[in-house]
Amino acid sequence: MGESSTIAAREAEIIEAFALLDSWEEKYEYIIELGKKLPPLDERYKLAENIIKGCQSTVWLVANYSDGKVFFKADSDAVIVKGLVSLLIKVLSGVTPQEILQAQLDFLQEIGMMTHLAQTRSNGLRAMIQQMKHYALAFQSINS
Amino acid sequence: METSTHILNTLQVEDIRNQFPILKRTIHNKPIVYLDNAATTQKPMVVIDALSHYYMHSNANIHRGIHTLAEEATAAYEATRTAVQVFINASCTEEIIFTRGTTESINLVANTWGRKNIQEGDEIIISEMEHHSNIVPWQILCEEKKAVLKVIPISDEGELLLDVYRQLLTPKTKLVAITYVSNSLGTINPISEIIQMAHNAGALVLVDGAQATVHLDIDVQKMDCDFYAFSGHKIYAPTGVGVLYGKKALLEAMPVFMGGGEMIKEVSFAKTTYAELPYKYEAGTPNIADTIALKAAIDFMRETDVAMIHQHEKELLEYATKQMLQIPNLRIYGTAENKTGVISFLVNNIHPQDMGVLLDNQGIAVRTGHHCTQPLMHRLGIPGTVRASFAVYNTMEEVDRLINGIQKSIKMLL
Repeated sequence: MGESSTIAAREAEIIEAFALLDSWEEKYEYIIELGKKLPPLDERYKLAENIIKGCQSTVWLVANYSDGKVFFKADSDAVIVKGLVSLLIKVLSGVTPQEILQAQLDFLQEIGMMTHLAQTRSNGLRAMIQQMKHYALAFQSINS
Repeated sequence: METSTHILNTLQVEDIRNQFPILKRTIHNKPIVYLDNAATTQKPMVVIDALSHYYMHSNANIHRGIHTLAEEATAAYEATRTAVQVFINASCTEEIIFTRGTTESINLVANTWGRKNIQEGDEIIISEMEHHSNIVPWQILCEEKKAVLKVIPISDEGELLLDVYRQLLTPKTKLVAITYVSNSLGTINPISEIIQMAHNAGALVLVDGAQATVHLDIDVQKMDCDFYAFSGHKIYAPTGVGVLYGKKALLEAMPVFMGGGEMIKEVSFAKTTYAELPYKYEAGTPNIADTIALKAAIDFMRETDVAMIHQHEKELLEYATKQMLQIPNLRIYGTAENKTGVISFLVNNIHPQDMGVLLDNQGIAVRTGHHCTQPLMHRLGIPGTVRASFAVYNTMEEVDRLINGIQKSIKMLL
């Protein structure tokens, strides 16, 4: 997935990849694989200020702004959440703040993973998306 | 599956299951295996019928009306009070206060008896295995009164250290607030012994019966507890109704909780006098429908045969424990000798939430996380567990599906 591609193109690529997976087992095995492959966040970033605390699992999120684009790094202690975090990074990292703010993230619905967003209290995933958008908003204001 | 004889044969369990419409549901295209009963039980048709019957035939506000509907509604509501009194063997109906649930029952005691009787330097004892709802109300009270909250520690097996408890009891101890059954570990605490030790030290005892009431015979007089709190929704009744039992003399001496209608005798701007027990603590229009349906749930338990239910749950627990211990690297948290209907576990370093998600996709409902017992999880050095908890309608086949589900999840995650 090239860093220059648009959010829509990135989402389409993910939807396409999931379309090849027939059963729920294959889908989750793929997400678990993504979770395992996502490089763990360096311990020095695992600070209280980077934590998005769910009731059960925790997400750490770090953002950088460079050449007009936002770059995210993230981690989670639960591997399925981490896999979903990996997908969100694939879609939202390396694009402009403007693009992040406009992203609807419909692909989560398309690949059948909306239930994880609904679990707001337990996994912090929805809060993570909000936090990504907050970063984008903050970086955008630096710009203007 | 085991072939040894069980208290309930397959047909009997099937007959019980048929009374719970929700058990016919499928989740992710698989028949549901509902093993989150410690959070809330499912409802039999008689309970659902009692709710709709009330709204279709008898809906009226209770106690003050003189018309037929009001009389019918009042009679049904008060019939539940009698049913509860008999169910937990209270000495009279005045000792049965309806609340929203265990949490409200405990808060009621903390706010009335507690605020009146707890002074600076007094001590309240709880335990390391308490649910947050039997910790936080006492913390609030202790903070307000500058009283001291003491905690009975547990062993690695999840049993209270009674020797330490004995030492914690002092002449300053005013109350011991303790759970009968641990919601996270399933431990059944030696409640009579705990109560007797407290009484010998001159302290009162509040028993959190949220988990125990569905699994054990409850006799508040024999137990000799001073307060007993439980929720309807964990004993096959609707959500939103619970009970506070208190010894009559204590309830009579306590100040009122909430003010409003129903709880007064006479109101003037100069002075209000309060109603007699139990109405003194039931301000406002109560949860009439759910309270009426609570009787249907108690009747269901008694008709199904409470002793048989308990034996069936014990068999499920024993079978599930035996099967789980066959799974490599699975660790059960809570291995007390005296245990009921709950198995908390972890496998390797698998996050409980990951296990929960994959079990759900196989149609199996368990609870994952800290189970509202964060201090206990801290004591055990874990962030949380996966918890399977049983009820009368669960089957040995469902235990097998749980075991297969865990094995499949492990395969996918490791």
